[in-house]
Amino acid sequence: MNEKFLKWLDGDDAYFDQVLDSSMEGVPSRETLKAERRAITNAIVHSPRSRRAVAAGSRTLRYLYYVVAVLSAVILIGVLLYCVSGLPRYGQENVRADEVVERYVEHGLEETGAVNVVAGMILDYRAFDTLGESHVLFTALICVMILLRRDRKNMDSRLEDYYRVVQDRYFDTSGDEILQGVGLILVPCIFLFGIYILLNGHLSPGGGFSGGAVMGAGMIIFCSACGFERVDRFFTLKLSSWITFAALSFYSFAKGYVFITGANHLENHIPKGTPGAILSAGLILPLDIAVGIVVACTMFGFYSLFRRGSIGGN
Amino acid sequence: MAVTEIFKILIMIVMIVCAIATNLTKKLLTTVIIFMSYSSLMCILWVLLESPDLAITEAAVGAGVSTILFLVTLKKLGQLDERDAEEEAGHE
Repeated sequence: MNEKFLKWLDGDDAYFDQVLDSSMEGVPSRETLKAERRAITNAIVHSPRSRRAVAAGSRTLRYLYYVVAVLSAVILIGVLLYCVSGLPRYGQENVRADEVVERYVEHGLEETGAVNVVAGMILDYRAFDTLGESHVLFTALICVMILLRRDRKNMDSRLEDYYRVVQDRYFDTSGDEILQGVGLILVPCIFLFGIYILLNGHLSPGGGFSGGAVMGAGMIIFCSACGFERVDRFFTLKLSSWITFAALSFYSFAKGYVFITGANHLENHIPKGTPGAILSAGLILPLDIAVGIVVACTMFGFYSLFRRGSIGGN
Repeated sequence: MAVTEIFKILIMIVMIVCAIATNLTKKLLTTVIIFMSYSSLMCILWVLLESPDLAITEAAVGAGVSTILFLVTLKKLGQLDERDAEEEAGHE
């Protein structure tokens, strides 16, 4: 093992080629892979239809497009700079916005019950905006699925075999010793850290989005280290869709109840608890969990779709 | 001026240099790494502006997941290192 490591340090790549080739039985060799890829690229890029489409664009229109693009970018920069220059200087008093800011800062703790006033703002005073943001994340996942999903309906069998068997297997990183050793130590710590950030969203900096992003990153490392087969055992498309749907509906119904009772000057009987305890701040803790679940599923869904064109295997 | 102000100005200058340098490099892998360092500098700037929530999110998303997605795309395009880029150039 020592000589191979020293050879690798000197820049000798043959060790890794050997390891890669020996771990891929049943997969065609590198030359057939290159030939297949060249054939498919030629069939798509150099077909008569795409040649006609490329040749049909005129030169003046292309230069006109460059000029209009640069001009519109300069105009946009000018407008944005003009708007920013109208804001008050950093730290100065702004009479119009000060009342709202004062109310949030002074009465934030007693009205929301959250020690972290930022979390109290985005999940209590301005919960409607956060609802829209979570839906935007869900929509982004759906759009990436529309663009990148590969199944029997939108691929012919030759392309599907090429992608599913050859490319995904060729790029498989699991079974690597370094990755598995590091993953064994790091993945539980990352998951614990992400769950800690989630659950303490109302007490310390963090909240739903940060905790969800950290948990998604932990899932990505686990998937790289242990391969897609082990992830497919618990993270299927059905599970992912159902828990994102459940999280978003819970958010909508809970906040809907609070809005309706608040707008009609009724009392919503959601306990605020003592500030500083973990079970306090009303609805902020459950909503943090819901947002964190949506973000984690979205991050890992993006990675899975980029790597192999589906969430949860086909 | 306080040391914090000079530090902030220094970080912003390096961020501008990073942003210009992403356009001037020849290899795509270098561009992705500079993008990741831009995100990390932004994370430090958020901490200096006293918003740790944004710092955690920027570190996890910008310097974490976004860079990973870029690298997966580069691998699929065949631009990840010199051997793959030569193969790509040899195909055309």
